[in-house]
Amino acid sequence: MTAIQDTPGAAGAVGLQAAFDAALANDERIEPRDWMPDKYRATLIRQIAQHAHSEIIGMQPEANWITRAPSLRRKAILMAKVQDEAGHGLYLYSAAETLGVSRDELLDKLHTGRQKYSSIFNYPTLTWADVGAIGWLVDGAAITNQVPLCRCSYGPYARAMVRVCKEESFHQRQGFESLLALSRGTEAQHAMAQDAVDRWWWPSLMMFGPPDADSTHSAQSMAWNIKRHSNDELRRRFVDICVPQAEALGLTLPDPDLRWNEERGHYDFGAIDWDEFNEVLRGNGPCNEQRLANRRRAHDEGAWVREAAFAYASKHMEAKG
Amino acid sequence: MSGQGMSGQDQLWEVFVRSRRGLSHTHAGSLHAPDAEMALRNARDLYTRRQEGVSIWVVPSSAVTASSPDEKDPFFEPSADKPYRHPTFYEVPEGVKNL
Repeated sequence: MTAIQDTPGAAGAVGLQAAFDAALANDERIEPRDWMPDKYRATLIRQIAQHAHSEIIGMQPEANWITRAPSLRRKAILMAKVQDEAGHGLYLYSAAETLGVSRDELLDKLHTGRQKYSSIFNYPTLTWADVGAIGWLVDGAAITNQVPLCRCSYGPYARAMVRVCKEESFHQRQGFESLLALSRGTEAQHAMAQDAVDRWWWPSLMMFGPPDADSTHSAQSMAWNIKRHSNDELRRRFVDICVPQAEALGLTLPDPDLRWNEERGHYDFGAIDWDEFNEVLRGNGPCNEQRLANRRRAHDEGAWVREAAFAYASKHMEAKG
Repeated sequence: MSGQGMSGQDQLWEVFVRSRRGLSHTHAGSLHAPDAEMALRNARDLYTRRQEGVSIWVVPSSAVTASSPDEKDPFFEPSADKPYRHPTFYEVPEGVKNL
């Protein structure tokens, strides 16, 4: 449903803010037609749009390998995964639309660079093993981020995340399985798997966003129950999950400082290169231009399909009177 | 209610999916499509990729009339003071069965 913005008189505004605060205090969900502060709405639109954009831009690095998948089984799996990413984008665009923005507006902002997508998708997929590494690490990091979002205070976003998370676990497992096959294969295959993990490890850690001390939106988002855990906390959780999995894969993680800290009960890990993160964010990653150019081209080349579908629908409406 | 969007582009549809025979259709989400037939096909691709459904309804979102969240308290108030509508309201002596 499209959101209908309620415009209360001055007297009602205080009561509405109180009702909103009470709902958050009771850990209740906010639904599209409920009153909400403008900044809460704007924050959600920014975050959900960025999330939706990431899903559809994220189709590109993996789609790059569909025609060259090493077997029919891997190809079918990869196509299903890329199709899921499109689906996730659509769930999320729908959730954003309940906040009173149009899909055209969101796509336009993506195409003109006024809204962002996750920087991870600005890295290239150089070998087949990258598909496995993306499934294991990138989807693994995404799941770590997304599971708490299933309890996000905004109902439509939380519900979309429940669907997404159910589907993501297949993505991560297929990646792990694919990497395991390579790791246990020939020497060259093992080396290819190791190289992919070496390249994707650090960008995956950056997916959790800047350190808590530098994260501009975190505190407010946590107060609004949009975000449930801090960036650093989620990153730590992800590292703890990955280390034993890397051992099971027979692969190493490219961090000489990675070691178990008995006292903290977590792994210690090395410093992240935030300069690289900021460069990619600024548009200077290896594939920023290519990803956006592809997206714009796909949109432009699909225009005739949208027009034809609409013309067909209009003709039939007229015929019906 | 016309099934056609106003803007000359896709309109929004609400999707309801029956997960298996014997259950009612439940709201799955929404999507864009130019007409009902495309909405059904898109709904199949978007909401039933893993055998989540055996039947789908699509309804133009503009056709849904919703109660207002502002009036939620007065609107639902009439049912708030009628606990006698619930079986637990009534006392039954111990040992009485099948009641």
